[in-house]
Amino acid sequence: MAESNEESTVAQTAVIETDPNKLTNARVLTTLQQLFGEDAFTDVEEPYGLLTATTTRERIHEIIQTLHGEPILQFNFLTTMCGIHYPENEGQELGVIYHLHSLVHNVRLRLKIFFPIIDPAVPTLTDIYATANWMERETFDFFGIIFTGHPNLIRILNVEDMDYHPMRREYPLEDGTREDKTDLFFGR
Amino acid sequence: MAVNDTLEGTHKIHQEAREQQHNQLVPTLNDFSQELTTLNLGPTHPATHGIFQNILQMDGERIISGVPTIGYIHRAFEKIAERRPFYQITPLTDRMNYCSSPINNMGWHMTVEKLLGITVPKRAQYMRVIMMELARITDHLICNSILGVDTGAFTGFLYVFQEREKVYEIYEEVCGARLTTNMGRVGGMERDFSPVAIEKLRKWLKEFPAVMREFESMFTRNRIFMDRVVNVGPISAEKALNYGFTGPNLRAAGVDYDVRVMNPYSSYEDFDFEIPVGTNGDTYDRFLVRNEEIWQSLRIINQALDNLPEGPYHADAPHYYLPPKQAVYKNMEALIYHFKIIMGEIEAPVGEVYHSVEGGNGELGFYLISDGGRTPYRLHFRRPCFIYYQAYSEMVVGTSLSDAIVILSSMNVIAGELDA
Repeated sequence: MAESNEESTVAQTAVIETDPNKLTNARVLTTLQQLFGEDAFTDVEEPYGLLTATTTRERIHEIIQTLHGEPILQFNFLTTMCGIHYPENEGQELGVIYHLHSLVHNVRLRLKIFFPIIDPAVPTLTDIYATANWMERETFDFFGIIFTGHPNLIRILNVEDMDYHPMRREYPLEDGTREDKTDLFFGR
Repeated sequence: MAVNDTLEGTHKIHQEAREQQHNQLVPTLNDFSQELTTLNLGPTHPATHGIFQNILQMDGERIISGVPTIGYIHRAFEKIAERRPFYQITPLTDRMNYCSSPINNMGWHMTVEKLLGITVPKRAQYMRVIMMELARITDHLICNSILGVDTGAFTGFLYVFQEREKVYEIYEEVCGARLTTNMGRVGGMERDFSPVAIEKLRKWLKEFPAVMREFESMFTRNRIFMDRVVNVGPISAEKALNYGFTGPNLRAAGVDYDVRVMNPYSSYEDFDFEIPVGTNGDTYDRFLVRNEEIWQSLRIINQALDNLPEGPYHADAPHYYLPPKQAVYKNMEALIYHFKIIMGEIEAPVGEVYHSVEGGNGELGFYLISDGGRTPYRLHFRRPCFIYYQAYSEMVVGTSLSDAIVILSSMNVIAGELDA
């Protein structure tokens, strides 16, 4: 079993390497830069083989719509979405990170956007992916990011009458008034 | 003859009375705004197999709309993970999909290994594959047998639960725990398979297929079962993809996406197995896909066990892998590493990594951002249940209450994973 498989996979990889239509990270990036201009993406890197780029919230909807619809890209699957909070980055405190997957070509892509915490509004993706609905509700619930255009932006995991967004960094895990326990090892 | 005549006569009278009653009710029934019933399905309902609520608007037996409420057992795992060293996060993953905890544990270990750049020896990878496939079998067994219970067949459930019990005994032999396993370590397994474990596994592999065949013959072509599940809750491939379905639910709709094949991890590329797919994504297809996956998992386990390579069962990564306890008493380095690992004083490199494994329900992803500290800066779990459960409210519209129960259990929604 092992030997025959090995041969076929070697043959396959040889074909893939010479195939000009094979979608690679580099091709995704050049296509995107052709469509939206070089300056649309910053901090382009490939940590552990996953193409990562940062863009702006003004363009994110347009970019993901193109990624979804463009026949050569076909990023038809929104794997996951999550919020992040960097309190030290003045004016860019909050962020949303999207993981997209082109199931046809088996290429993954990570897109990030950052924006100020005083104006946490981001366009919704629910018109492109139905699955964005609960992901955005979760991100809103934990980070207080407002997804404009979302049909039903209410809390999902926490109780309705909670008056803060618990995944933000200013909310410590344990009760800050506790004095019986000093946390020297894991304190940040 | 006389008895039959009377019976027929009674039937006729009854039918006439029913028709008359129905005719009287029709005008009000058509007026939806007047006669809708609100039904709270859950939060604690024996048929939902977990704590989540659906507020159903019903017109008689027919469901007009369903609004799900979730979060009843939300335990803030992502927040807790921000304050825990990596090895202390493994028990959190146990409690997500508790029907297949080894997959969650090992998915998390592989994520950390990817971040740290640890290569796990072949033997440990094969051992992981065996445990993960066992977990997949138990997960699917629970889902399918519970589907049987919801359609009125309790026997199959009790019957396969015996087999699940035997798998749990194998877990116990391998890691000491049964349900929330906390199995393995960052860098490999915490101990080698004992001879007893191998023996139990071989015995189970010999006995289980007969049970599985009986289970299948009880349901697969059973008229009563098929009447309840065929064409109930179908979903098209496009819609399933758009809703972010993964795992058996997506494959039942006809998309052959499986992380084990698309992005192989832990040496899955070494094994010969097939990905079963369904056609119209209804409850019956989901049932059949899960059954077939059990057979394929058995194939993988047999191959892995027969070709189990010799060698170490963990990577040589002293900074992250706990030294043997005996060495801690005698050897200074071992004591230092033991102390540092237990106290969480090991710093991880800066980086961000996304790793996904094929969980019992679909793509279970871990997105880990490390800022060079001792704990993750941010850890996000892609929980397949949470993502595909949002399609439920659309899938139940137009079905009856009994169908809604069957759809729910065939989707295999695990409350622990749903709420994190």
